[in-house]
Amino acid sequence: MASIDKNTYKEVSGNGGDYLSLIAWLGVFAVAGIGSAFYMETQGHVVTGMTNQIVWGMPHVFAVFLIIAASGALNVASMSSVFGKKIYKPLGRLSAIMALSLLAGGLLVLVLDLGRPDRLDVAMLKQNFKSIFAWNIYLYSGFFGVVIVYLWMMMERRFNKYSKIAGTFAFVWRLALTTGTGSIFGFLMARPGYDAAIMAPMFIAMSFAFGLAIKIIFVTSAYRATARPLGDKLLFQMRNLLGIFIAAALYFNIAQHLTNLYAPEHMGVEMFILLDGGIYTILFWVGQILLGTIVPMTLLFHPAINRSCQSINAASMLVIIGGIIQVYIIIVGGQAYPMDMFPGFEVTSTFFDGSIHSYTPSLPEIVLGLGGVATALLIMMLAVKYLPILPASLSDAAIGPANITTDEDA
Amino acid sequence: MRLPNNILGIAFIALTLLLGAGGAYAAEGTNGIGPNPAKAEKGEQCVEPVDDMRRYHMNYLKHQRDETLREGIRGKKYSLNECIDCHAAKSPDVAGGNIRTIKPFCAECHQFAAVKIDCFECHTGIASPIKKGNKPPMPSKHGKTDQEKDALVFGMLENYLKSKSDVGGVAE
Amino acid sequence: MNSNNLPPITEEKIDIERRRLLASGGAIAIASGIMLYGGGAGAREKGQPATSAQRWGMLIDTTADKSIWDTVVTACKREQGWGGGNNPATDPQWVRKVSIKNKSTGAEATLPVMCQHCANPPCVDVCPTGASMQRADGIVLVDKHICIGCRYCMMACPYSARSFVHEPVHNQKPHMPRGMGTVESCTMCVHRVDNNQQPACVEALEAKGSKAIIFGDLNDPDSEISRAVSAHVTRRIREDLGVEPGVHYKGI
Ligand code: HEC
Ligand code: HEC
Ligand code: HEC
Repeated sequence: MASIDKNTYKEVSGNGGDYLSLIAWLGVFAVAGIGSAFYMETQGHVVTGMTNQIVWGMPHVFAVFLIIAASGALNVASMSSVFGKKIYKPLGRLSAIMALSLLAGGLLVLVLDLGRPDRLDVAMLKQNFKSIFAWNIYLYSGFFGVVIVYLWMMMERRFNKYSKIAGTFAFVWRLALTTGTGSIFGFLMARPGYDAAIMAPMFIAMSFAFGLAIKIIFVTSAYRATARPLGDKLLFQMRNLLGIFIAAALYFNIAQHLTNLYAPEHMGVEMFILLDGGIYTILFWVGQILLGTIVPMTLLFHPAINRSCQSINAASMLVIIGGIIQVYIIIVGGQAYPMDMFPGFEVTSTFFDGSIHSYTPSLPEIVLGLGGVATALLIMMLAVKYLPILPASLSDAAIGPANITTDEDA
Repeated sequence: MRLPNNILGIAFIALTLLLGAGGAYAAEGTNGIGPNPAKAEKGEQCVEPVDDMRRYHMNYLKHQRDETLREGIRGKKYSLNECIDCHAAKSPDVAGGNIRTIKPFCAECHQFAAVKIDCFECHTGIASPIKKGNKPPMPSKHGKTDQEKDALVFGMLENYLKSKSDVGGVAE
Repeated sequence: MNSNNLPPITEEKIDIERRRLLASGGAIAIASGIMLYGGGAGAREKGQPATSAQRWGMLIDTTADKSIWDTVVTACKREQGWGGGNNPATDPQWVRKVSIKNKSTGAEATLPVMCQHCANPPCVDVCPTGASMQRADGIVLVDKHICIGCRYCMMACPYSARSFVHEPVHNQKPHMPRGMGTVESCTMCVHRVDNNQQPACVEALEAKGSKAIIFGDLNDPDSEISRAVSAHVTRRIREDLGVEPGVHYKGI
């Protein structure tokens, strides 16, 4: 009944020049991000590209991307603990660490972008329970707790037997978390770009893809850098899974756009994104669909190239870039298209009513976003150095027979 | 970056307790070592006994601000504008000493206590030359004497009554 | 605090004719700077909380000459101390003049849009800290003391009625504290309403002899606004959303 984890995990030595210089670079970015936030807070948000029309910008793009990637990163652990896919078991600990650090990075950006980050204590103490945002505060802090417990169950041999139940709990929690994040947008009834229940499941599908893509890149780079063996079995398994997740995200995307095309009140914004939205249309077709979906699917499924580590990595990288672009289209594109205050009327005013709102991200807000990414990576890098997170070997032999679904854990 | 004030507050309390200076300062206020807030410009006494004010003014203020803003209760005694009215003083550092401002008064102890308040990022700390409340900005009747105003007002009243009786349909 | 030279106005001191008038909802000036409106019974004593006995609202007549709306914007700026910046995309606008043109008929109208003081305000629902709030008498406000500047309310508002303060503010009015990093919007001049005065924009219009905006208590069937709203067909912007705005428009 008990499923003892028989893999050996070892800290990476982390004394090499590569490791240290990477840490240093990440540190520089993280500090620059915090510096940007400080600058934004003292000068005011006027130094960002955000306005009274585009009220959420680049920081939110990065934050939302990191948060949904966090819940997706946990997925690989769930695959083994919850669904008995033993092949993913060795990556369980890493998944939990990635989930924690990506969430930390995302929340950092979200919080530092606030108009009054010094009032964070207020957000913790005074809560409006009707607000999805307030729920998310619980979902996020709860996620930290749940994942830490899960990680502990996985790392402490005596408790391995509880890892299934902890993993199941964490899995349910992460579904709730992504639903909560998606709902932030889903409930904005007045904004034609958002008001859709499909936002929540779409965010879940996206999270699977983003989280796994980040994991593939991290694992392949880490194992190359530390000269630890990484067999094809696991790599190809992850490759196939990533392909499926991209397809699922695409499916929800198509569903969202098609249903919107049937709803007259969403027609305008759909046409804007798909046909005549200028930069947003280009980002959609070239960024999200071509680079973020079609090219990676080809790299992952085309038999001539899909066995090379480089194509799998390239595909993962494209999924990440396409993902950020997709979140950008959702967040910024959704606001750029004006709200229809007077349906059937042309509207003009000094407040830019009725016109497409323009947004040019400024350097400080981009640096803040990248600072969050750097913080997340920094935490991961430090974790694998100081904790036994990464298996000593992921060779085919160490993994055991692929593609077996055992009920051993049950 | 602004740290949450209560973290600073807690740090301060810990520090004063450590130095054993807390009690002396809270009780005396002005013992030469501690802060020495300027005397009030107006009024014989504060809205509460001075000792209470030194200790609890933040609670009074925060209570009142919630009451005023969230419930619409006005005219209670712990109004920030009233504090300003009595406590704002001219200072050579501010506008060449031409206006009365509250900031030095509040800052006096807070600097010592390492408390940072953000109130005056929004609230003006400047006392208006005329006591506010008496003369709400009324562009139309600006600059008239009271008698003129009353005449104007009662003239309007008369016209109004007339127009109403013309229409006739005054609902009861 | 407000030590007016005149004795406090109480029901008994108002003679019967004037009481009739008050009940009929006429906005009249009784004493220097004190305006009563929407029913004498509605006037709240100082120190009493706002209650749901009242529901403050406005009726805006969009058939009025469109130049009159500049008066509204100017009066609001002067009263509340906003405006005067030169970054149109980031400067706060508590009220703005909006021009609309029917796409099929070409008919045009101009009207002021500000916080619509919804009965079911989406901004209040989404606010994580409860800073975005609704008073018992229906006025929707930002409690800037606990606003963390997340701007979710701005995302949720169907009317783009709210602004974020993007730059440091100086020279605020004593009655209207404003500061960087928080969200703000039309307060329906609560500081005046609580003193039994009308909002600054309404008063400025009246000073110009215009009744293009009627302010009053929608809960009082005898108030001028209630009678006007029941006499004319009025519309509220995006009524389909079910947010039940307190601001009515006539003529669109
Ligand atoms: C009517 C005028 C008046 C008003 C209004 C008023 N004060 Fe005072 N306050 C005084 C006087 C007089 C003293 C006595 C000490 C002095 O003369 O400075 C005093 C003393 C104080 C002290 C103690 C100073 C010390 O020497 O240690 C504090 C703190 C204080 N007030 C805060 C406030 C606050 C906060 C408010 C607003 C809620 C306020 N006061 C409103 C007149 C006023
Ligand atoms: C972000 C802006 C902002 C900050 C910062 C702020 N206030 Fe306010 N305050 C307001 C606004 C807006 C009102 C409402 C004014 C009204 O409706 O009359 C208000 C009202 C009040 C009132 C009720 C009005 C009165 O004078 O009685 C009090 C008391 C008050 N604030 C105290 C404080 C204190 C104490 C602090 C600092 C800890 C503070 N405020 C910081 C914006 C702010
Ligand atoms: C007699 C000295 C003194 C004066 C004068 C004074 N304060 Fe304070 N104030 C303090 C001390 C000490 C604290 C910290 C108490 C604590 O942290 O528990 C404090 C705390 C506060 C706080 C709470 C800070 C927080 O974040 O919790 C507010 C608000 C405040 N003061 C407002 C004012 C205002 C406004 C004035 C000027 C009208 C003023 N104070 C004048 C001594 C003073």
